[in-house]
Amino acid sequence: MYGTIRHEIRIKRPAADVWALAGDATRLHHWFPGIVDCTVNGTTRVITTGAGLPMPEEILVCDNTQRRFQYRLNTPMITHHRGTIDVIDLADDTCLVVYSTECDPRSMALVIGGGTADALTELQRQMELPNDTGDGGDH
Amino acid sequence: MGRRILFITTDQQRYDTLGCNGGTLARTPVVDALAADGIRYERAHPQSVVCMPSRSTMITGQHPSTHGVWMNGVPLPESAPSVAEVLRDSGYRTAIIGKPHFEPFLDPFGRFAENSFARNGTFGPHRGFEHFESATHGAMGPLHYARWLAATHPEAVGMFYPVLDHALEVNAMGGGDTGAPQAHVNTIPREWYHTDWVADRTISWLDSLPVDDDWFCWMSFPDPHHPWDPPAGEVGRINWRDVDLPAGYIEDRAERERVLDAKPRHYRAWYDGRLVSNYEAPLNWVPATLTPDQIREINALNAVECELIDEAIGRVLAAIATRGWTDDVDVVFTTDHGELQGDFGLMFKGPYHVDGLMRLPFIWRPAPSSTTPAAVVTKPVGHVDLAPTFCAIAGVEVPSWMEGKPLPVNDTDADARGFERVLTEWDSELFGVGVHLRTSTRDGWVCTTYLPGFAHDGSEGELYNMSDDPLQRVNRWDDPSLAAVRSDLLADLWDHQPTMVSPLPIVHAPV
Repeated sequence: MYGTIRHEIRIKRPAADVWALAGDATRLHHWFPGIVDCTVNGTTRVITTGAGLPMPEEILVCDNTQRRFQYRLNTPMITHHRGTIDVIDLADDTCLVVYSTECDPRSMALVIGGGTADALTELQRQMELPNDTGDGGDH
Repeated sequence: MGRRILFITTDQQRYDTLGCNGGTLARTPVVDALAADGIRYERAHPQSVVCMPSRSTMITGQHPSTHGVWMNGVPLPESAPSVAEVLRDSGYRTAIIGKPHFEPFLDPFGRFAENSFARNGTFGPHRGFEHFESATHGAMGPLHYARWLAATHPEAVGMFYPVLDHALEVNAMGGGDTGAPQAHVNTIPREWYHTDWVADRTISWLDSLPVDDDWFCWMSFPDPHHPWDPPAGEVGRINWRDVDLPAGYIEDRAERERVLDAKPRHYRAWYDGRLVSNYEAPLNWVPATLTPDQIREINALNAVECELIDEAIGRVLAAIATRGWTDDVDVVFTTDHGELQGDFGLMFKGPYHVDGLMRLPFIWRPAPSSTTPAAVVTKPVGHVDLAPTFCAIAGVEVPSWMEGKPLPVNDTDADARGFERVLTEWDSELFGVGVHLRTSTRDGWVCTTYLPGFAHDGSEGELYNMSDDPLQRVNRWDDPSLAAVRSDLLADLWDHQPTMVSPLPIVHAPV
């Protein structure tokens, strides 16, 4: 059965600054708690979770104009998955980051969605650090 | 030296599964003896009828609205207060052995500390427990029992029933002789099964302590929660064909459905397979298909699991006696919530605040050295009172963040200290289906109001008179002659209902 989960957070930094980190496929593990490594080769990204599980992903969209990143987990236990990160400029030097998860089975949407919620909190923390360069380099 | 505390919990065990509570199926002489020597509570209710919120109430002494674990899958923050921490700070040695479940089990990202210890080969500390050794219903998951079984008896890992199916939903697969959901022939030898493992590990930890130490040990059995897959070698204790149907089961289908129709609409919708409003029941199972023989078989297997727990407790108490501790050990026995187990033709659990899920086995055998007289308490108490009781036993001031009170030792004590009501909450929001209940049990009534949600418009409720309708077959919510009673109960409920933590914590997993 199919399930969708959406989390969002407002960050007090310009959208371009936030997108520089959130839209960088190679640095997901800098701000997603529970992902300890990721490697990118073309449109294939392999993440490694804190439980030691490697998970291959396919990068579907990395649109610097819309500031939208979409990817798909490719593991046998997941029939369908699409993760979407949108960074939306609020025109006041802040932005809204929306992290959506669509998944079959739906239980995995909850599990992944819980991770994305923590990821947004961590992204906000890093981006709102005083004198932060926005490069996620504090990990 | 002070009084030591052995806190025993089981998972999803009904009140009427104990001999001391009138049960006739399982033989539970050890717990029955604790009840005879101690205090047996006849109206103890959980503050939630699912695991994570309920266990979070036990450790914090707070209602779910306050500690924030408002449904399964919401982790109890690591910063949450803990009675184990209070006791440890007071010089107690502390341990939890068995099923903790303060944090989600489904954790592929490895984000929760509870799941990290077995993976790392460590045993805490965590939440005030210096020793944290974990188990759950089978051989899967990042817990110590699963790792132990895989390392020492790998051939047994596949013997258990798979609690979740391939889609990570609660499994609907039938087994046993009758095809009952979550019934299974488990060929594992008894000594490898998690019930005996929990007792073995508890004895091992206790044996590691110097004899003069004070200690608080939470021994937490995963059974008799489904799956009903006790070791096959023990199943012959009870022939399911000889088992009577439970009093809560209505054999006449038309009458059963008439009773369900008089309850809020999600009862009948679930029964018919039109709405599974929560994760804790199999998504692909329809209660209306449940047969009398399936109920008999499940109840027999459940009773076998209860007997194994009773015998395991007996071994632990014997080990305590060997150390010379018995006179100074308080034993508290309860479970996190009940099981429908055939009541109204239903099985498992969910947003149904009826006795099958709410009435708890609940026993406190005070340390014999305290010379507390044996008693039966009929006044309402709850899990929220456990943590304050542990503080009182230890001679520690009850922290202000605890919302309960030390348990009464008899009805006179209960009256004197205002044990008038016990509150139970249900909240769940799962893929667009929200269900929200608030229940108060007082003055011989169980009163539940439904907040607006997916299946309810906010006008529904349940009102049962516990003295003239103990099986809760007649919902008197809309009885005009009881309008004043209902109004008073609701006013009292809302006067005492804690405010829900805000913002609402995020759900991180289904369970």
